[in-house]
Amino acid sequence: MERFEYANPTTVKDATELLGATWADAQVLAGGTDLISLMKDYVVSPKRVVNIKGIAELGKITPGTAGTQIGATVSLDDLTSNRAVRAAYPSLVTAALGITSPQIRNMGTVGGDLCQRPRCWYFRQGYGLLAMKDGKSLVPNGENLYHAIFGGGPAYFVSPSSLGPALIALGAQIKISSPTATRTVGADKFFVNPQSADMREVDLKPNEIVTAIVIPPGVTKNATYEVRQKEALDWPLATASVALKMTGTKIASARVVLGHVAPTPWVAAGAEKWLAGKSIDEATAEAAGAAAVEGAKPLSQNEYKVQLAKVAVKRALLAAAGKAV
Amino acid sequence: MPNYSWPPMDKRRIMGQRISRLDGPVKASGRAKYNSDLNPQGLLHATLLTCPHAHAKIKSIDTKPAEQMKGVAAVRVISKEGTEIQWAGTEVVAIAAETEAIAIDAARAIKVEYEILPHLVHEHDLAAAGTRARASGETIEGDPDKAFADAEVTSEGEYGIPVITHCCLEPHGSIVQWSGDKVEAWPSTQNVSGFPGSLAQPLSIPATQIHVHMDYMGGGFGSKFTADRWDVEAAQLSKAAGGRPVKMFLDRATELTIAGVRPSAYAKIKTAAKKDGTFTGWQSQTWASGGFAGGGGLNATLFPYVYTKVPNKRINHTAVSINAGTQRAWRAPAHPQISFLCCSALEDLAAKLEMSSLDFFLKNADLTIRPDVYRAQLTKAAEMIEWQKNWHQRGDKTAGPIKRGLGIGVNTWGGLGHASACRTTINADGSVAVDLGTQDLGTATRTMVAMVAAETFGLGIGQIKIGLGDSRFPVSGASGGSTTIGGVTVSTRKAAVNALGKIFDLLAPIMNVPADQLEAVDGRIQQKGNPSKSMTWLQACAKLGTQTISETGENVPRDAPKEGLINQGASGVQMADVSVDIETGVVKINRIVAVQDCGLVVNPKTAESQVFGACIMSCCAALTEERVMDQTLGRVMNADMEFYKLAGIADIGEILVHMDITPEHDKKGIIGLGEPPAIGGVAAIANAVANAIGVRVPMVPLTPKRVLGALSNRRMA
Repeated sequence: MERFEYANPTTVKDATELLGATWADAQVLAGGTDLISLMKDYVVSPKRVVNIKGIAELGKITPGTAGTQIGATVSLDDLTSNRAVRAAYPSLVTAALGITSPQIRNMGTVGGDLCQRPRCWYFRQGYGLLAMKDGKSLVPNGENLYHAIFGGGPAYFVSPSSLGPALIALGAQIKISSPTATRTVGADKFFVNPQSADMREVDLKPNEIVTAIVIPPGVTKNATYEVRQKEALDWPLATASVALKMTGTKIASARVVLGHVAPTPWVAAGAEKWLAGKSIDEATAEAAGAAAVEGAKPLSQNEYKVQLAKVAVKRALLAAAGKAV
Repeated sequence: MPNYSWPPMDKRRIMGQRISRLDGPVKASGRAKYNSDLNPQGLLHATLLTCPHAHAKIKSIDTKPAEQMKGVAAVRVISKEGTEIQWAGTEVVAIAAETEAIAIDAARAIKVEYEILPHLVHEHDLAAAGTRARASGETIEGDPDKAFADAEVTSEGEYGIPVITHCCLEPHGSIVQWSGDKVEAWPSTQNVSGFPGSLAQPLSIPATQIHVHMDYMGGGFGSKFTADRWDVEAAQLSKAAGGRPVKMFLDRATELTIAGVRPSAYAKIKTAAKKDGTFTGWQSQTWASGGFAGGGGLNATLFPYVYTKVPNKRINHTAVSINAGTQRAWRAPAHPQISFLCCSALEDLAAKLEMSSLDFFLKNADLTIRPDVYRAQLTKAAEMIEWQKNWHQRGDKTAGPIKRGLGIGVNTWGGLGHASACRTTINADGSVAVDLGTQDLGTATRTMVAMVAAETFGLGIGQIKIGLGDSRFPVSGASGGSTTIGGVTVSTRKAAVNALGKIFDLLAPIMNVPADQLEAVDGRIQQKGNPSKSMTWLQACAKLGTQTISETGENVPRDAPKEGLINQGASGVQMADVSVDIETGVVKINRIVAVQDCGLVVNPKTAESQVFGACIMSCCAALTEERVMDQTLGRVMNADMEFYKLAGIADIGEILVHMDITPEHDKKGIIGLGEPPAIGGVAAIANAVANAIGVRVPMVPLTPKRVLGALSNRRMA
């Protein structure tokens, strides 16, 4: 990796002031499970690395009537072992437990899961977010087994965030700080489908950091289902997170969000609409799965992911309803 | 002529026992230092600048920016200007520096200009290979045309298994120090005794001046037989840097790109049978690639694998040259691929006959090389996997998305011991040393040598000091092809018997017992069968006074079979029980059973361990493992441990191993075990999936994409 300056602030203000006007100026270090390998592979080479693990306030989980606030540097392991989180947000816990191995959950953080960079192998080999060579994307005619089936073009990578789909389904808000201001953005608006190689895949400016996630109370049933080839040390092939507000046995409103299928977590609006007013059984879940993948645009090697996304939705719904998957 | 034969099965005290490997505790606790762990004083760190293009000519190289960098000790151009490079990852420049970081920075500072040339990196589409494909001619036996015309049932299918890499946990490389006229080398090698010879020529110094050390090594699988370019460069860099030691181990991406692959194998196969299941005809058109040289190793004589007596065959093979890192031996070269192709095609034929593949095999066992052995092993394996209870016709008809199935794969291998020499030393204080220039790849060679020596000397296993991993010890062969156990056990046995003979000669007049009437048991030397006429080992050795006994023993492969100590010709059967989720295409292994014969089994525990490892490798190759190359870039996309997917502990199911230990097999002598259990597992798993879901998935690894693809083709049909 290139040489860099290392900063170890203890307040959010200091941390954001140490960041720069461009992404090349500085990068945020939390668990380091992604940043270090990006730097070793020269995919990113910041002049300064700002460690935010020393900022005590970012490391806490705070329950409250307005919802549960989860600090950005809370480790995935702390998240999954928190009793209140386990009771209220099983979809988030399932998604977090899918981030393997235990060593990664020990080091990796909630904020890091949201801000990590795509695993697209063209990106990792230096062809940028849009995987361009000679003015053309390498993906459509290349090795696109794991790439996007929704929202593709010009970017075809899939959002690697495991927590993102669950947080969107749960209606979470993301708190962000810059040296001069704080703002809050809905988790559904936080992820960005980049239209150019110099854009970022999340709604952050180079001098901003995620400080916390706030999940509102009130959702009654939620679940995540991940289709995985391997049990551990592997990325899911497709996931679905659902959250259902119920009126009696009927769904009042549903959120259905797919993971690993698009450059952002992908809100399956068709499925959400279809589910309103229904009660959950195998047939409803199956039909919701079919509605969720309408309009999918698979690439040359990844049509199978359409089926996986469909099944993930079905199984997540059945799991949310407490039915055997 | 001394009697070297093994003690009878029921008289062995140590051989045949379940003994844990001697270096287990030091390895598990991290105290065992692999050569890649060493950091001797004055060490320089080396790295390679490799070519990013699959096919290119080097127009110019400017190494000055690296040479001028502070901390850089030596820079050497490996591929000179004008060199035509045939695969990405080819070594261009080697750099040694004070730290690894400086070496990498220096490599990045070097400017190389390439003329980029057209490349081909995929071989699965034979039609697209054009002139890169070279057919090796047709082999015909019997009358295949008539066999297929007369056949009551025929089956046709296409099958494929991709290139996989060796993915050694300890990457290739070495530490080398070339100072004055001497070279000290600490490589990761499967060939300690042969390493000096392969390093000597490129360095232009006598092999006698090269000294190799290696206590432990972290995986080779057939890819570490000789000194490689990077080892040679480590030596040259050391010399250029005034004789400081240089450490050059490949990084993970380079390891997976250029340090060896197992060739692919693709086939169109047609089989013929009578209605009663008699296998009558075979026709195969195969193609494969082992890299730029073509290769692939699918020799016509190996089809249709163990069914050597099938009367009618037509066999064609085409080797395809691609611009990719070159093939190296991989645990049982060509056999896993051929077992997969053949066992899959025959499973499909059996399904067409509506026979269980077990019945098909039993019906046709006489057409195989070892009918009785396979019959007995299949019966045992069937019992272990509960075949009668769990087998069903192709396609699990039970409700729900999870479908379960069973499959079979078979293996055969040689495994005759290689040439090996051993020296045993008995000292007057009773200490015993056994030294030989072999290596322990993690297979428990050290433990086997100690067991044979302890058995022979009548001592405890901890009383023997084992020396290996040093090229100054008596020469022993490379560890490949399942040849080590046979080689080292014979040379150790002979050296120990010879040394014991010297002790007996010394003691005969003292004990007043003829030397040929003495024996060594339980730490004593005694008159045969008479403990009352004995002395302890320590008392006996004390009689040496100022002398030391040093004797050698040798295994000569040519003579070995008639001596009866070792043999060749191992057989085994593997069966798999899988569950497939037909909605997601995800395959889970419930159970794998392996029944394996390897003649006389020196240590059932470590033998089972070998088979476990082989079954796990089979799970990887069957379900997850595949080199992915991009045609536009000409590069490996998954040269890492993230997308080069290896099975984890949760992915391998339950593995049951049965070593086929019988008096009959025992009489054959010791046979190597490294290769055979690594052969049949992929076939067993692929066949179990076909049995579960009712349709053949033509290509492994059996990813969700491929399983769903096979299912949807069936739905369309």
